[in-house]
Amino acid sequence: MGGMTTAESFVLAIGTKKGLWLATSQDRRQWSFSGPHFLMSEIPSIGIDTRAGRTRIMVGVRSEHWGPTVAHSDDLGATWTEPEQGAIAFPEDAGAAVERIWQIYPDAESRPGVVWAGAEPISVWKSTDGGEHFELNRGLWDHPHRSDWGAGYGGAAAHSIVVNPAGDNVHVAMSTGGVYRSLDGGTSWEARNKGISAYFMPDPNPEFGQCVHKIAADAAVDGRLYAQNHHGVYRTDDNGENWESIAEGLPADFGFVMLTHPRREGTAWVVPLKADGERIPPDGKLAVHRTDDAGATWKRLDSGLPEHEYNSVLRDAAAVDSAEPAGVYFGTRGGTVFASADEGETFAEVASHLPDVLCVRSAVIAGAGLNGTSAEAAVPEAAAQGA
Amino acid sequence: MPDIRVVLPSVLQPLAGGHSVLISDADGPVTVGSLLDSVTGEYPVLARRLRDETGALRRYVNVYVNGDEVRRLRGLETEVAAGQEVLVIQSVAGG
Repeated sequence: MGGMTTAESFVLAIGTKKGLWLATSQDRRQWSFSGPHFLMSEIPSIGIDTRAGRTRIMVGVRSEHWGPTVAHSDDLGATWTEPEQGAIAFPEDAGAAVERIWQIYPDAESRPGVVWAGAEPISVWKSTDGGEHFELNRGLWDHPHRSDWGAGYGGAAAHSIVVNPAGDNVHVAMSTGGVYRSLDGGTSWEARNKGISAYFMPDPNPEFGQCVHKIAADAAVDGRLYAQNHHGVYRTDDNGENWESIAEGLPADFGFVMLTHPRREGTAWVVPLKADGERIPPDGKLAVHRTDDAGATWKRLDSGLPEHEYNSVLRDAAAVDSAEPAGVYFGTRGGTVFASADEGETFAEVASHLPDVLCVRSAVIAGAGLNGTSAEAAVPEAAAQGA
Repeated sequence: MPDIRVVLPSVLQPLAGGHSVLISDADGPVTVGSLLDSVTGEYPVLARRLRDETGALRRYVNVYVNGDEVRRLRGLETEVAAGQEVLVIQSVAGG
């Protein structure tokens, strides 16, 4: 079936340690691949921006040799643009250099052009031109806590950004530092970690210093967020003032992933790992767990997943799309990517033997969003390379 | 006029208009830092591949003057004389 006659299709972007792969599908079962794009550069962050009648894929690219940048494509990867003067760089007085872009977060439909980024060293950035140029968020950079923030094993980074639909509440999570909240759109920030354990510190309940691995917002309940911590799974119903454990019912409370449903109240997904000292799926059996009641109960989802899997799933190597039912996607450090078209009830392997998967993003794209071309036409090498 | 030649690795040549060698006029000695400013002025993307926004050489970018890596000399303050050649080579790194 040609894209011109299809109302919508799906795009799946897979960022790995050694490049980016893109795939398109009409049914979320058969995927046509292109790649590798940016061979030998790692792609730790991807944002797919479907606002304003356009599909823009933004990627955080990092070469071991040549450093980090943000590039974007408006034609599903047929061509890539890196702004001549660079997309993201610290101002001179900051005395710092961007090491790695960990997060690219397109803002709400009502704020087209606004894209947030989280980076290492710990910093938050905002673009108002669709991700072509990012400005450093001074409020967080100048925060008095900054000199006390630490580095997790993967580096010291702001890795999660959640903005509420009204645009005034912004939650950021960093490793290590925990959750910081702004009530004024990012001008001022306060730590909001009450209830989240930092068992690895002398005081396990500090104001900040937690190693929150990922946060995500409940799309249907204002002020409700979920957190996957470095041991511990939590929910807040009061905009981060208090966090309560929702780990009961999970086989382990360690992990990196936290996903929420694009619309439905109380629905979230995690991918548990056994422990920080044993970063494998519990018993070597990979499973996604979903709650439909805001963490009161969890359902194990492993249909279609391999019997044995000893690779972990990193914090951004998982995504949901906005379709109904929602699609769930994730990739492992062993280079396998799984997709579900039914909210995790059944998975199918869509790629394997790739480099370590660092980031997965998916989106529903309309025919009109492809500048009048079909998905297949915009990815001319897809069929040849993906077969 | 005497000049200084900066030899680029092939992987960076597309960012330098396809040139394998960039040439800077030099009446006298210049520092490696100002030499890089001079030859990458037209090529900002190339400039960012070599140095970060603080001006520091990226960790796995090596610059050789007379066969010596500049980190063993005076870093970006190392002087280069007119007529000399400067090599930019990516170090052995990655996996």
